[in-house]
Amino acid sequence: MSAALEVRGLCKAFGGISVTQDVSLTVAAGERRLIIGPNGAGKTTLFGLIAGEIKPDAGSVFVLGHDVTRLPIPARARVGMARTYQIINLFSKDTLAHNVVLSLLGLLPLRRNPIAALAARSDLYDKAHALLERVGLAARAQHRISEISYGEQRRVEIALALAQEPKLLLLDEPFAGLSQDERLIIKQLIAEIPRETAIVMIEHDMDIALEFAEKITVLHYGQLIVEGDRDKVVNDPMTREIYLGH
Amino acid sequence: MKRSHLLLLVVLIALPWFSGEYYVNLASQILIAAIFAASLNLLVGYAGLTSLGHASYLGLSAYISAWLSLRMGLGHALTAPAALLATTLTGCAFGWIALRASGLGFLMLTLALSQIVWGLGYRWVGVTNGDNGLSGLTRPAPFGIDLANSAAYYWFVLIITTLVLLVIARFVNSPFGATLRGTRDQPRRMSSLGYDVWGIRWVTFVFASFLGAVAGLLYVYFNKYIHPSVMSVTVSAEALLAVIAGGSGTLAGPVVGAALVMLLKNYASAYVERWNMLMGFVFVFIVIVMPAGIVPGTQALLRRLGGGRK
Repeated sequence: MSAALEVRGLCKAFGGISVTQDVSLTVAAGERRLIIGPNGAGKTTLFGLIAGEIKPDAGSVFVLGHDVTRLPIPARARVGMARTYQIINLFSKDTLAHNVVLSLLGLLPLRRNPIAALAARSDLYDKAHALLERVGLAARAQHRISEISYGEQRRVEIALALAQEPKLLLLDEPFAGLSQDERLIIKQLIAEIPRETAIVMIEHDMDIALEFAEKITVLHYGQLIVEGDRDKVVNDPMTREIYLGH
Repeated sequence: MKRSHLLLLVVLIALPWFSGEYYVNLASQILIAAIFAASLNLLVGYAGLTSLGHASYLGLSAYISAWLSLRMGLGHALTAPAALLATTLTGCAFGWIALRASGLGFLMLTLALSQIVWGLGYRWVGVTNGDNGLSGLTRPAPFGIDLANSAAYYWFVLIITTLVLLVIARFVNSPFGATLRGTRDQPRRMSSLGYDVWGIRWVTFVFASFLGAVAGLLYVYFNKYIHPSVMSVTVSAEALLAVIAGGSGTLAGPVVGAALVMLLKNYASAYVERWNMLMGFVFVFIVIVMPAGIVPGTQALLRRLGGGRK
């Protein structure tokens, strides 16, 4: 079975400063992977390189065995990749249901139809409702994104990603800016994502993130320093020195 | 169709029976301007792409139709589809160029491309007859119906306008229309959801140029004359003002905006010498009082008056 994600020798420099240096990693199908590192370690750049928002200087990215290195972002979604954003990136003037419908529509041929009435496609809206039910927001389906709380918006981000039925889900700091209660809700939502989906997460909140991770990758100055299971990484002297501070 | 829309349509159909020829002709011009503004609104309002070169499609379609008719001696049954096709193909090429950028870059590219077309209109005298324009044109006679008189032509324009607005309504409420609005609001997110943002914008650009070409045909049939000034930045800017004043991203906004511009241009200019200044004041007033435009502004006002519901 192909790995959900395979990164080989990825390099990226901005104006002579190397932010990703020869990073290679493999995420198995269904795996839960955590990527950590101090500020400036190159975590977000690595996500950008995997998602296709940043072009690498060297190296390659494989998703489910497909070489996606040169593929544009929409083509990567069609291969089975979905992502959430650290800074919430939703359609704020539209309803929650419409947001999820747009996500569902993204991979359907119907998206090109300029004649059909979208509002009449109850099958899509029913599916959107079911996804919102899954993240506990069905009752707010007809509210606009701008009318719901920040924590609820984070849940909609996850609903949008789930609507794509991804095989590889990239979560960019899903707990950022949330209260303790909201974090527990998001943690539960992530835990309920089926095993068909491999998850790669960047997160600063170690208490929650370490619980989630089966395998952890530590980045420092764009380089992969340590990789392994929780105990190995947490007890590694390099990790303690550069990330945990002792 | 809502009852109010139907009532408006009935009033518009009956217009030639209770008003003079001047007003019938003015109404025809308003409807043509409405199609033109509505086509621009697809870009400005629904795609979030502000174009300052839309007059190119109005002018190109009118010139191609006029040239084929005068120089090649072709009938309207051939000149009309040829003009629409050639203008739409130009839209394909211009869209491909202009959509290399977005925001201010897109605006400047559309302006630059339209200036080329405008310059050709003036300088390519062998084809366009330069500053003298092309005259001696006729109106078509679809199904043997003579459109020479004002009322008949008005009804013809009314039918085309209604069809164009219905097509636009269908388009913006379709799945493609929803994705178009998505690319306006969150292009980055749309990409990661699997949408080809550039492709969606390009298709819309081409569709808008096609509808602009429809307005161009109606324009040249109405005036039976075409001059390069129709492709000037002023014409593009007036359409943009109509969209913004009426309410961009709404179906009725460009129609209301076009009516306002045409009334100020044709009607107020008869009474006020400096009507351009008056138009300026009117737009400043609209932008201050109803920043979203007349249609959304009036809807919000009515909602507030009707009980304060959101």
